[in-house]
Amino acid sequence: MSIRSSIGMIQFVTLILTLAFAWHPRGNAASEKLVLTGASTIAPLASEIGRRFELQHSGTRIDVQSGGSSRGINDVRNGTAAIGMVSRGLKPEEKDLHAHLLAWDGVGIILHASNPVAALSQQQIRDIYTGKIINWKMVGGKDAAVTVVNKADGRSTLELFLNYLKLKNSEIKPHVIIGDNSQGIKTVAGNANAIGYVSIGAAEYETKHGLPIKLLPLDGIEATVTNVRNGTFPLSRPLNLITREPSNSLARKFIEFAGSAQVHDLVEAQYFVPAWVR
Amino acid sequence: MLWLLHGAAGIAAAIVLLILLFLAVEAWPILRHIPLLHFFTDASWHPGEGMYNLTPMLSGTLYAAAGALLLAVPLGVASSLFVLYYASPGLANGYLRLVELLAGIPSVVYGFWGLTTLVPLINQIHAPGASLLAGILILTLMILPTVALTAHAALLAVPHEYIRGAVALGMSQWGIIRGVALPAAKAGIVAGVTLATGRAVGETMAVLMVTGNVVQHAHSPFDPVRTLAANIALEMPYAMSDHRAALFLSGLLLMMLVMILWGLPAWPRKDIHG
Amino acid sequence: MAKSLPAKSSAIRSFRPFRDRFAQFALYIVAFLISASFAWIVFDLVRGGIGHLSIDFLVDVPRNAGRSGGISSILVSTVLILLIALAAALPLGWATAALLAEYVPANSSFGRFVRYSLLVLAAVPSIIFGLFGNAFFSIYLGMGFSILSGGLTLACMLLPILISTAETGLRAVPDAYRLSAAALGISRTAALFHLLLPVAAPALVAGLLLGIGRALAETAALLFTSGYVDRMPSSLLDSGRTLAMHIYDLSMNVPGGDVSASASALVLIIALLLINVAAIRLAARWRCRTITWG
Repeated sequence: MSIRSSIGMIQFVTLILTLAFAWHPRGNAASEKLVLTGASTIAPLASEIGRRFELQHSGTRIDVQSGGSSRGINDVRNGTAAIGMVSRGLKPEEKDLHAHLLAWDGVGIILHASNPVAALSQQQIRDIYTGKIINWKMVGGKDAAVTVVNKADGRSTLELFLNYLKLKNSEIKPHVIIGDNSQGIKTVAGNANAIGYVSIGAAEYETKHGLPIKLLPLDGIEATVTNVRNGTFPLSRPLNLITREPSNSLARKFIEFAGSAQVHDLVEAQYFVPAWVR
Repeated sequence: MLWLLHGAAGIAAAIVLLILLFLAVEAWPILRHIPLLHFFTDASWHPGEGMYNLTPMLSGTLYAAAGALLLAVPLGVASSLFVLYYASPGLANGYLRLVELLAGIPSVVYGFWGLTTLVPLINQIHAPGASLLAGILILTLMILPTVALTAHAALLAVPHEYIRGAVALGMSQWGIIRGVALPAAKAGIVAGVTLATGRAVGETMAVLMVTGNVVQHAHSPFDPVRTLAANIALEMPYAMSDHRAALFLSGLLLMMLVMILWGLPAWPRKDIHG
Repeated sequence: MAKSLPAKSSAIRSFRPFRDRFAQFALYIVAFLISASFAWIVFDLVRGGIGHLSIDFLVDVPRNAGRSGGISSILVSTVLILLIALAAALPLGWATAALLAEYVPANSSFGRFVRYSLLVLAAVPSIIFGLFGNAFFSIYLGMGFSILSGGLTLACMLLPILISTAETGLRAVPDAYRLSAAALGISRTAALFHLLLPVAAPALVAGLLLGIGRALAETAALLFTSGYVDRMPSSLLDSGRTLAMHIYDLSMNVPGGDVSASASALVLIIALLLINVAAIRLAARWRCRTITWG
């Protein structure tokens, strides 16, 4: 068979397959589809919950997309998505939307494991982040310049942190700015003099798996998922599923499922604290 | 047949216009109440507090792209010369496959590797490690295949008679390369470098992970910087209304900067291919 | 060399070989540096993920947010998106290149306008492509989060690479071929398909490989177009994530996903190698069949 006809054959077969795919008499034409968009922090969890929901309610499809909390809010407002994933509480100007708590995510300060400093007071943290303390020896550590790691503008973790320290973002003097938790963890793990703040659950996981970071206690409370769960740890943010009333019945069923005890193992597998527990 | 081809070419051009239109429409809301000048004269970039100075990020983008090109163009052209004129067939084939694979490594893998391997290494030399230098090195690796593969194709297309003639004249190998092959392949190499520049200016994910993302003008390669593309990726997921429009405006300004850069050399000359 | 300048000629004679030897040395060093960088990256990936690779990994669907299970549905989505991107971009791109190289005079304003647009397109940040693709393909054209939308967005990104390389290749074909074809009475179209394109094949393939590499490496453009869903797609209008997106989610978003991310990256590199080798072989055979030598 010449190359011409084999290429032709490949094209023909591809065309048939593509048509078959595209015009697949979708058995799920009768199925109900639910679209969720929003925070990438919540997306893996929502995906897993969706998968379990689909198993229990055959004929449904739960499509989870990411794109950030603001996308979640915009999409629910303009109807593109039935449910939005927002990794913070709703703001006053968002009162037209309805928030359903999915889980809590603690936010803790991390240092490199080799850093001898074991605890920092609120004022010390404030001074480090505003550039008044620039060397670790000023707080009892090694003689080395501090590398301040801050989160990017608009992130709820940043706002939580700023609120807690009563600072404005423009007062902070960062050396590195990161986007996701994972980037923060890896940055601090690779720099013995770095300080940053990330999700407690993620940090706990990495510490258990040997990454050289450690969580600092805040106001004397150890930064553990347990303490977030029992409410003693001061810094945590809510992970919300938002809807706009009136929402369709599938959305309501899903939200009910997501808030139930049936998905606690999934929530904990992502190192968050299930809402129901608190 | 001809109208078909014109149509195809027209589509390609139309896409650019659509993108510019899209950016303009999305950026419009903020231009209505913040004059354009503020985007160059505000104190800093703090959208949460209404400040929108883009110049540090513009300079960050330019420095990173320029630095990457400075490294990638010689390395890329050298790679293609290596494959065509110096390496044995087996070695040349293997190396060519390697370069092709470099082109396909996801930007997130480059970013991840940069963050976990390169940045701590640079940190040993000068804190904080996440810096312009890290961005330049990663970008170099990413755009090098483009330069190498297009240079390779361009050099392959140099007519054999030129080379044979040069050999007949007794020119040395390097003399032939420098005097005959490279000039003959210049147009193709320039096209490749232009593509690579585009990639360097537009690369988002990998740069986001290794450059430190601090909005400031870099005074040394070890300073952290933020590029415009990384800024859009970093802040878009959490930006509402004005902030969002400001990000689209930054994208639009980046495109216009690119258009001016491309327009200057390309327009006076009749045809970039000579 | 002029006999009247023996000292200069011997200096030149000993200078040239040094320059040549230096060039050779420098080029070998360059090749070594780049190979070493590649090896370093691959080594880190292997160290992180080789234990996770298995046949199951290739045929199972993702479980536990991708940390266990496999990547089968993701491989399928990736292949579909790649095919759509190529199916849209190759004909469009090569047709445009043929137009620019063969049918349009060197200084026509249409030609310059198209070339200029393509250079600008090459510099659009990938995140902007993603946002544009979302607004145009997903929302305006109504495709929603879908493989189709992602593939078409990628096609837009690939156009500059494909057109630029193809045009370079076609222009490098000596005019003698075109004149001989005309002398033999072959139509311009026939000459294009049966003579010029095959001769320009190495450049076309270079562009194709760069394009495939770029398509597989892309994340930001697909986040908002083909989306995040990791289910096995049942139609082109289903959302599906690519391998690069999966690697991104696992390494940057899911705690404990690093091992799976490294393993997925290894699969991607191996798959890319196979695709590249296949593409080169096909192109070489096409070339050999259409023109009897070269």
